[in-house]
Amino acid sequence: MSCFPEKINAAQERRKRPGPAPGLGGGLWQNRMSLKAVSLFFTLLLLLGIAGCRGKADTASHAICVAGSTSVQPFAEKLAEVYMEQHPGVRIDIQGGGSSAGIFAAQQGAADLGASSRELVKAEKALHEIPIAWDGIAVIVHPSNPLTDLTLEQLRLIFQGKITDWQAVGSPAHAIDLISREEGSGTREAFETLVMGKTEVSPGALVQDSNGAVREIVAGDPHSLGYISAGLVDDRVKAVAVDGILPSRDNIKTQKYKLVRRFLLVGREAPAGQCLAFVDFILSPQGQRLLEAEGLVGVK
Amino acid sequence: MDKGKFVERVLFLLALSSISSLVIITVFIFLEGLPLIFQTGFKDFILSSHWAPTKGHFGIGAMIVSSLLVTLGAMVLGVPLGLACAIVLAEFSSARLRAFLKPTLELLAGIPSVVYGFLGVIWLVPLIRNYLGGPGLSLLAAAVILGIMILPTVISISIDALTAVPDIYRDGSIALGATEWQTVRRVVLPAASSGIITAVILGMGRAVGETMAVIMVAGNAIKLPASILDPVRTLTSNIALELGYAAGRHREALFATGIVLFIIIMILNLSATLITRRR
Repeated sequence: MSCFPEKINAAQERRKRPGPAPGLGGGLWQNRMSLKAVSLFFTLLLLLGIAGCRGKADTASHAICVAGSTSVQPFAEKLAEVYMEQHPGVRIDIQGGGSSAGIFAAQQGAADLGASSRELVKAEKALHEIPIAWDGIAVIVHPSNPLTDLTLEQLRLIFQGKITDWQAVGSPAHAIDLISREEGSGTREAFETLVMGKTEVSPGALVQDSNGAVREIVAGDPHSLGYISAGLVDDRVKAVAVDGILPSRDNIKTQKYKLVRRFLLVGREAPAGQCLAFVDFILSPQGQRLLEAEGLVGVK
Repeated sequence: MDKGKFVERVLFLLALSSISSLVIITVFIFLEGLPLIFQTGFKDFILSSHWAPTKGHFGIGAMIVSSLLVTLGAMVLGVPLGLACAIVLAEFSSARLRAFLKPTLELLAGIPSVVYGFLGVIWLVPLIRNYLGGPGLSLLAAAVILGIMILPTVISISIDALTAVPDIYRDGSIALGATEWQTVRRVVLPAASSGIITAVILGMGRAVGETMAVIMVAGNAIKLPASILDPVRTLTSNIALELGYAAGRHREALFATGIVLFIIIMILNLSATLITRRR
């Protein structure tokens, strides 16, 4: 029987290995042609690259550069979009990079404004800071879970993986399904600073890549515990009080609720000119309304 | 230069562009990812399971194991099913039935992976959570979804391999007194074996590389799974999950994850090629 497969595969082999195609000519000529074609191709690529850079010419008369926190970025983009619609001559570039990168860029003057989702540390206090919004982080469970309140300490122990059963915090006995966010997410970063301190989130925690996905899982799993931006809590999940205080709009604004962070814009000096106009727009009722519509709590 | 030569050159240039995109991608991935692997040390990078890239820990050991486990699970579920399907379609069904069933099965390949993932989250995950326990988002859920997703690959390549076996083999075997099943098992399957192995390996490549559906149903926890009901994170999910916010060394670490994935898939494809050639 062993001779059968060989025959078939010999046929397959023939199909797979095309010899020099007829009409292409052979040997030396073909090689030279390939070489020329290759160099021509890469020359073309190079030209395309240069053309791409040149095409990026600056057309707007004023450009403002805002760099920093990826948590602030989507809100800043929204604000910039509306602002640019109203002021056609102005261009606003919003860049990510993280809060620290944004603060550094503002210190160096590389960006007109730095965006930060964390408070400034002592060494950075020389910067001019403009708070633009509050963001609360709500701890959520399934509506069927009788849990109403957790202490900050309990929350930390649960996310460290030291408390693994609901019974320890007064709910019916069952393993806790922990849900966290992906490494690098602003919400996770804030949660780690505000709750975890120096400790790490348990590697056994499930990871979802957006507030919406975390909410979806918690809404479907009666034994889960997760955290999302407070503006996105709806009636399919239940926000629990932390140290006895619920993440309501007022509690976030007055900072009675513990898991709150400020979104800041920072600059080397007080903003002036076009920058000031944009900052004024963000703090105007219209700008603040835009932020509230996106789920934040305004500062005004 | 006559017109024929000109067309040849243009076609050659176009062919070159598709190859060069492969070269560019490869060079780019390695340039971005290799520095981190050298800094962390190759052994630490692939053996440690401590992944906290914003705190300077880059270990993808658990993810490599999880990727392999998920793929193995998908193979255990998908290969017998796919192979059985291919044998029925190629050997035991009428030409009319085959003309209807084969395109239908190939439609399975046209369903976007996010739809598989969505079905998994809505239907499979609650089933696992309610009847088997655990959070539902698990190694098992990912393996089941992937097992279904690789079916079209396994089935269509296996069918091609089976139909490539000449009818004289079957006729000879029947003439010697073998039953139809004996013919399939002892003659047709061995004759088509290299094609079937290729089908399995290409299915494996699809399972290792799948991202969207796996992110949605696997749970993405970084720990090594202790049971098939535990959540896992595969190499592809790791890249896709964290890409959005990654900067600096974190970004390099994701490219380094890509290198490992690249090597695994290269090994799979090479072995598929070698197996088909050796026979």
